[in-house]
Amino acid sequence: MQYLPNIIFALALILGFGYFAKNVKKIIRNIKLGQDVDVSDNKSERFKNMARIALGQSKMVRRPVSGVLHIVVYVGFIIINIELLEIIIDGLFGTHRIFSFLGSAYGFLIGTFEVLAFLVFISVTIFWVRRNIIKLKRFWKSEMKGWPKNDGNFILYFEMVLMSLFLIMNATDVHFQAMNSGNVISQYIAPLFSGLSETTLDSIERGAWWLHILGILVFLNYLYFSKHLHILLAFPNTYYGKLKPKGQLNNLEAVTKEVKLMMDPNADPFAAPEEGAEDEVPAKFGASDVQDLNWVQLLSAYTCTECGRCTSACPANLTGKKLSPRKIMMDTRDRLEEVGKNIDANNGEFKDDGKQLLGDYITHEELWACTTCNACVEECPVSIDPLSIILEMRRYLVMEQSAAPTELNTMMTNIENNGAPWAYNQMDRLNWKDE
Amino acid sequence: MSDLLKVPTMEEFMAQGKQPEILFWVGSAGSFDDRAKKISRAFVKILNKANVDFAVLGTEESNTGDIAKRAGNEFLFQMQAVTNIEVLDAYGIKKIVTCDPHSFNCLKNEYPGLGGVYDVIHHTQYINELIASGRLKVEGDLYKGKKITFHDPCYLGRANNEYEAPRDVLKQTNAQLVEMKRHKRTALCCGAGGAQMFKEPEKGDKDVNVLRTEDALETRPDIIATGCPYCNTMMTDGVKAKEKEAEVEVLDVAELIANTLNL
Repeated sequence: MQYLPNIIFALALILGFGYFAKNVKKIIRNIKLGQDVDVSDNKSERFKNMARIALGQSKMVRRPVSGVLHIVVYVGFIIINIELLEIIIDGLFGTHRIFSFLGSAYGFLIGTFEVLAFLVFISVTIFWVRRNIIKLKRFWKSEMKGWPKNDGNFILYFEMVLMSLFLIMNATDVHFQAMNSGNVISQYIAPLFSGLSETTLDSIERGAWWLHILGILVFLNYLYFSKHLHILLAFPNTYYGKLKPKGQLNNLEAVTKEVKLMMDPNADPFAAPEEGAEDEVPAKFGASDVQDLNWVQLLSAYTCTECGRCTSACPANLTGKKLSPRKIMMDTRDRLEEVGKNIDANNGEFKDDGKQLLGDYITHEELWACTTCNACVEECPVSIDPLSIILEMRRYLVMEQSAAPTELNTMMTNIENNGAPWAYNQMDRLNWKDE
Repeated sequence: MSDLLKVPTMEEFMAQGKQPEILFWVGSAGSFDDRAKKISRAFVKILNKANVDFAVLGTEESNTGDIAKRAGNEFLFQMQAVTNIEVLDAYGIKKIVTCDPHSFNCLKNEYPGLGGVYDVIHHTQYINELIASGRLKVEGDLYKGKKITFHDPCYLGRANNEYEAPRDVLKQTNAQLVEMKRHKRTALCCGAGGAQMFKEPEKGDKDVNVLRTEDALETRPDIIATGCPYCNTMMTDGVKAKEKEAEVEVLDVAELIANTLNL
């Protein structure tokens, strides 16, 4: 019987990490539903970007208040994970504060954790106030209702509770308090429990300890269902982020082939297709559903933290139009999740559900409101490119469905016929010099 | 004044067996839009003044296809690009200067993927080079004591990270440069990019160019400076919408330099 807690602990760990691993696999499978794209180039530049943007949080501090608070929470999260190591060893082997043999170094370590836990608690509380009391505009856009709104708050509650449990656990640890080393914050919480018997204190300490570790396991598994997934995916996403100038939109290769054929005076329009050509899946121009996007775009959809920095810089959104780059990313993720569930329910095969990203999630009106100004791309703290998704969907609308707004069709016809977006004769192109 | 403008074509250069230093890519707006044509003329006056050996394609130039690409018509874009590349390569063009950040971005970043590799420069960068190398001396106090605010074009700024060249050039006018709240990488779009110039905006509270003009007017400028024909049109319309056209002028960087030099 004396090993029961150890066994329960081991089971909790296996269950917690096992379920998480299962969901991670699902995410990877879903991301791989996207088209392949070659991002194996410029490894050193990519590593630098990841180090600077994800690890170094360089783009977060562009908005100083949320940036600094975010760094506190981020550093706190990483460093407190060292404490997790001790918790796991203690839990598995029934020891108590196994690292305390380190003496004053241990005191220093735990002291640091306590200060960070306290700072994280304060930061998270300010985050909560910004969301719920000050009601920052970007957290109250139309796409931030229901789950996205609750999700944001749940994460904050989780962190408040986890930090409190950590401090309570230390405050009620009689031996630790007696050491009077490292209890920089918890010594001020300890008096709250004065007068309680040592056994009661011990049960509170054990209770907080268990809730803390179980809470961490639950939080770990919450990631999959939450925008909080960014704490992991920000790293690959900044690594695979766009390296080319922001204004450079990719040239569709499938189109290049066709254009070359059209322009080639020696091409035989009636020639039989090359051998093997019929095996190729007919290319769809642009994207109407998530499978038409590339896997980096799908990875970005899972990475999006819904912070809304993109939307708050979007000229269309700022002038009251329906477009919100954040919603583009959220819709892509929602649809991808739906497709994933469909595949799970149909033994690994996607069964047409009569829905798609374009139309059912993202409207034409949103797509046509984009000025391609790159403000959203510039703002994103984790290198997401919502513009690339908007462009792919415009391509589908124009090249597969001929569904551009009438005025744009006129403009395109003019370019085709006169080499200018207006109905002027190409022969008049130099008239300006004599006017 | 028109008799003073020297605008040779590539065809003429070819006939003489010569290569110009640069090709001036005029662009569709610069060729046909009444307001943008003035920018083309101002830039040519500067080139003439600095004795730059340049040429234009004239009737052989066609739309870059940039607008079509951003509207989603990749076919039309590539057709235009391939045709233009054939013409450019036939003339052996190496260096291109343009007043339109959209042409600049498209020629510089998107043509190489289709085989057209050129050294492409925006006119504000080129004027800056001319000044730095001493080929162009800007003197004159026309704008001294005036306040100028520069509106960053998305396709020069965010898209290609060029924020300094237009500002460096503007400093030559001896005017006072004031920055809008949103400038450089946070600059607000004029509202014309991504083919918006050619369609009605989607329904909203206001038009983007009006909001951007409000940004500019907050600095209480005498002049709103632009570096893009589309931005110029949008800001001019914005100033009209705010009924400030009597107090505030919208001018391209090239026009400001040409005026300073009394060209």
